[in-house]
Amino acid sequence: MNKDRFSIIGQPLPKIDAWAKVVGETKFADDLVMSRMAHGKLLRSPHAHALIKRIDTTRARALPGVYAVITGHDLPRVKFGILPVSQDEEALCVEKVRMVGDAVAAVAAVDEETAERATELIEVEYEPLRSLMSIEDSLAHPEVRIHEYGDRPNVHKAVSLQFGDVEAAFAAADLVREDVFYFEGNTHLPMEQHSALAQWGADGKLTLWSSTQTPHYVHRLLSRILDVPPAHIRVVAAPVGGGFGGKLDPFAHEIAACRLSQLTGRPVKFTLTREEVFYVHRGRHPVLMWIKTGFKNDGAITGMHFRSWLDGGAYGSYGVASTFYTGALQTVTYKIPVYKFEGARVFTNKPPCGPKRGHGTPQPRFAMECQIDKAAEQLGLDPADMRRRNLAEPFVKTANHLTVTTIGLGECIDRVVEASGWREKRGHLPPGKGIGIACSSYLTGAGTAIYWNDMPHSGVVVRADRSGLVAVLCGATDIGQGSDSILAYLVAEVLGIEPKDIRVHPADTDLTPVDLGSYSSRVTLMAGNAAIQAAERLREKIFAAVAQKLEAQADQLAVGERRVFVRDDPERGVSFPEAVVLAESMWGVLAFPGSYAPPRRAGKYKGGGVGPSPCYSYSACVVEVDVDRQTGLVTATEVWIAHDVGRALNPLLVEGQVEGSIYMGLGEALMEEQVFRKGVHKIPSLLEYKSPTTLETPEIHTILVESDDPEGPFGAKEAGQGPLLPVIPAVANAVYDAVGVRIDETPITPEKVTKAMDSKRQGKPARVGPERLPVFRFPEARVVESAFGHPAEDIAVRPFASAPHPLPRGERVRGGGAS
Amino acid sequence: MKTRLTLRINGEERDVLAPAHKTLLEVLREELNLTGTKHGCELGECGTCTVLVDGLPVLSCLALPVECQGREIRTVEGMAQGGRLHPLQQAFAELGAAQCGYCTPGILLTAEALLEDIPTPTRDEIKHALAGNLCRCTGYTKILDAVELAALRRQGEAQPR
Amino acid sequence: MMRLPPFQYLAPVSVADAVKLMADHGPEAMLVAGGTDLYPNMKRRQFEPTVLVGLRGVRDLAGVRRPGAGAVAIGAGTTLTAVARHPEVRARYAALATAAGAVSTPQLRNMGTLGGNVCVDTRCNYYNQSYQWRKAVNFCMKKDGEICLVAPGSPRCWAVSSSDTAPALWSLGASVRLAGPAGERTIPLSALYQDDGIQYLTKQPGDIVTEIVLPPSDGARSTYLKLRRRGSFDFPVLGVAATLHMDGPTVRQARIVLGAVASLPRESVEAGRLLVGERLTPEVIDRAADAAYRPAKPLDNTDLTHPYRKRMVRVYVARALRRLAGLPDEAEA
Repeated sequence: MNKDRFSIIGQPLPKIDAWAKVVGETKFADDLVMSRMAHGKLLRSPHAHALIKRIDTTRARALPGVYAVITGHDLPRVKFGILPVSQDEEALCVEKVRMVGDAVAAVAAVDEETAERATELIEVEYEPLRSLMSIEDSLAHPEVRIHEYGDRPNVHKAVSLQFGDVEAAFAAADLVREDVFYFEGNTHLPMEQHSALAQWGADGKLTLWSSTQTPHYVHRLLSRILDVPPAHIRVVAAPVGGGFGGKLDPFAHEIAACRLSQLTGRPVKFTLTREEVFYVHRGRHPVLMWIKTGFKNDGAITGMHFRSWLDGGAYGSYGVASTFYTGALQTVTYKIPVYKFEGARVFTNKPPCGPKRGHGTPQPRFAMECQIDKAAEQLGLDPADMRRRNLAEPFVKTANHLTVTTIGLGECIDRVVEASGWREKRGHLPPGKGIGIACSSYLTGAGTAIYWNDMPHSGVVVRADRSGLVAVLCGATDIGQGSDSILAYLVAEVLGIEPKDIRVHPADTDLTPVDLGSYSSRVTLMAGNAAIQAAERLREKIFAAVAQKLEAQADQLAVGERRVFVRDDPERGVSFPEAVVLAESMWGVLAFPGSYAPPRRAGKYKGGGVGPSPCYSYSACVVEVDVDRQTGLVTATEVWIAHDVGRALNPLLVEGQVEGSIYMGLGEALMEEQVFRKGVHKIPSLLEYKSPTTLETPEIHTILVESDDPEGPFGAKEAGQGPLLPVIPAVANAVYDAVGVRIDETPITPEKVTKAMDSKRQGKPARVGPERLPVFRFPEARVVESAFGHPAEDIAVRPFASAPHPLPRGERVRGGGAS
Repeated sequence: MKTRLTLRINGEERDVLAPAHKTLLEVLREELNLTGTKHGCELGECGTCTVLVDGLPVLSCLALPVECQGREIRTVEGMAQGGRLHPLQQAFAELGAAQCGYCTPGILLTAEALLEDIPTPTRDEIKHALAGNLCRCTGYTKILDAVELAALRRQGEAQPR
Repeated sequence: MMRLPPFQYLAPVSVADAVKLMADHGPEAMLVAGGTDLYPNMKRRQFEPTVLVGLRGVRDLAGVRRPGAGAVAIGAGTTLTAVARHPEVRARYAALATAAGAVSTPQLRNMGTLGGNVCVDTRCNYYNQSYQWRKAVNFCMKKDGEICLVAPGSPRCWAVSSSDTAPALWSLGASVRLAGPAGERTIPLSALYQDDGIQYLTKQPGDIVTEIVLPPSDGARSTYLKLRRRGSFDFPVLGVAATLHMDGPTVRQARIVLGAVASLPRESVEAGRLLVGERLTPEVIDRAADAAYRPAKPLDNTDLTHPYRKRMVRVYVARALRRLAGLPDEAEA
């Protein structure tokens, strides 16, 4: 279907919340003030690993201005965690702390200064334990247990999956490469520090406003943690000042705010300091990787064996999913007929890692795309051509049973190769300058919820009434990516009105249908499809009423330009508000639900639930760098990226997501690292944690490729995470082109570059990267047949779908358009 | 001990009673409820809390109100005049230069000072002027585009749509 | 939110008043100008003065003066932005203009003063941390602790001089005018510093830096190079200032001063000596760079590793001299 047939979709419209944001009206959580509000502060552990022998809050309670002081003893003794399989956290630790920054007590006071002074008056006696600060440390000291659970001492999870016979594949290869890579941990660093305001009313009901990406999961878990029926808890998502995955877990400050509000009878607000944000973390896992791949002389991959060791930090968080993700998506970009994955997540006494933009996939993508670059050189192939020739095929399954739908990667590669001048530049740039390419793919929404259920992943209610107002109610959270705007565009398109005619309300568990949250790039697709379904149901009722009035057939009607009219006789029609009056007169209250759950495609093996997605986005990226050969400083000067977004519902917003992804990728590639020394975060500040500025920003050329995916709303796939993935290996490959050294670990710091150049001059391997792997036996792999090349199942089979699918591709029924 | 201060904010005289050690950031947000000014570190390391004092971008987290008396303080709430958005606000909204919007007020004010100083800055000049404002969402590209567009419009070379 | 501890704020209008207030309040009082260095440190409880003597309202502390004979005097209260933009400073004292323009961010330069940057507290990534952080590692000797965490066996503190303008001013031969209880005096800027991370200034706490006096530039060429990760925000992890007085193609006088390699700016006297009487050939430059490199010993307490920072001394000194000689940064490979 042609883009011209849309009226709203495809237009570079402002976001619906842009106006409030540019005038400073948007109320973020910390901007909220209530009368009698108390201010909260957490006391955090200064020890990386210690037993708590005694906590005495007497002096803190006695401080004037202090309303209440709580410890873990004042909360129900229940451990929680975002994943059902990792219930290992306490809001306030009772017996043991497992990292610097673990909360042990909380204060509510008249103001923040008093609350902070009170925390300093709390006496905690600790018995320090040996702290384990690295994967090697934790594996070497099984006698020191960070947690009592896990697959082995200090091993949270060890997995092993095999799809087909990889050894045979290697035997059939012309070239087999084994490479080792390390990806340093880094953090989300949203500009807004987490904040939450709780009010436990006199009616015994709790309301929490929080800068959370997932009000639903917070709602669910608060009920368990506080032992209060969920029906008595309301979670309202405040606008989120940057998330990137960092506001996806329930946090101690949220829980403490609730309990302190209950105890004091006052609203209680907590806002974290920047340093605390570094400790709550849940960011990118440091991952050590070993990758063995067989190649044919033409670059075709015969098979791949991938191993990852994740430094998980002190708690489970999303870590089991992260572990599987380090092995899940290797197979969706290129043809990999057989595949084996082994992964282990290790506990350490550091802030827990979790989902940061790209969740578990940037690390293996870095390893894989750098290895392909090395293989291409060995095989005498152009790295772009080698990738282009071995693309995965659309509408088939991968070795690990993932169903892939549309793939725009070929066009992506062609477009960046063309735009960047790849063929003229590669190998021909002046000394110190280089160019590199890499590709990637990412989920458009996780195919399974984090807790098993048969309910929708996204729900939307579209409501209209005689005023002509259309309200969209959805539990999804706009974290800056523009998801509220997307819902408005989709509903406007279906109803033939303008986004301005629609109000999208913030997620509120009392009012909005459940949406699982803003993670895994799921909102546009899942909430979007639900919104379309809801709007179509409303439109159907409107058409019926208008048809009666116009004495026409409902199926002859169309919408557009705020009117409902006869398609072949556009003069015959009524205004949209009039149409709503007709419909409300005929049907009563107009409120229609839309529900979305992804097609059930989880592989029939343990771990098969991580990786499936309704569809996958694709990206190809070329980066040009300038390497100072004396200092080793790397500057990314220009970036070309082509991203297969299925359809750009709003190209401006998609570009914004792509550009932001590139930015974040460059930071990870060149300077960002979450590192520890003496048990504490080495650099928990915006000064020393190096986040790139305008001056590190290259010129970015964004090319959007539209593959019109049958799973996506009007064909759309994700854009918010995938484009980060290829940036990091593209930088590494460009550095190699520039100065002939391989930096096989992130970030690519000037020290590493100069060190590798020294080695090169001395005739040693021109490489800096990990030299050894842990001694570790993975569990015996359960061998499953490779599903490589099997045809995709009927793509239409998904719960709650309203129309019989599949319709012929490109010929689906659309809502809007004046024609 | 609280000090009585008279501050001129967005063209209005405001009387404030606050202890001397309360920063301009705290007074704006907590005493005057001007929460458009945000904060990201309170240590001068991010630029989020930027306001204009006598037309120059400064960090409200490191400024004392007592030192701002008699000077013109401008916050994001004072950018739109008579219900009409500043060209920078208009351009930021239209071009998607505000994603989460948290760094936006500080960037808008910094950019406003730039355009007062250099009405048609080069991209490089914009980058240097905004080098003290961190943004984690946008990759800055749309921000740079929006400043360029606003500069053009201020010069009357383009009209708002 | 990080907040300041309570204090009394005093706003003298003259230097004499300020000196008197400092004397009256003794060690409880601290001077503050732009506040960009002191306030973050106070928020992290590195300093908890009960009295602040604010210099912003002091008459005649800002601005550029020409005291005669070709010298230029810059008021200590002049903002870094004003210094960096000043046409005469740019034309005659390029190292200073560059250094002032390289400090932190535009906002900080609008607030921070030249005097403040000259006196900026030494830095260390064991020290520039919150109270809770420092407590977790048992504090260091610079504040609240007993030992130096960078060099635990050492009796002294190794925090790093992190001023951009100090090396530039030193290389330009600047003096500072101080006002104190005993009256005013002018000392070479180089005499303002000593090699101790805690007592890094030789002046008494109540002495006020009122003016920085630059000698006549006399046709000298100068430059400042700053090594850091980002083009903004970051303190120097290495600064190199070089000022050359030439007789035609021959160097008559050379002063090369390194920043961020010790607790004070460090002049490489040997490197300067090797240049005098020589033409700026690549070989001469390399010899001088090597002389500057050998004694430099940065420690592991800033961004980037210390072996790398030492290595970069040679690169940056050579690069500074090459730029002054009109040569490309890098010798042809």
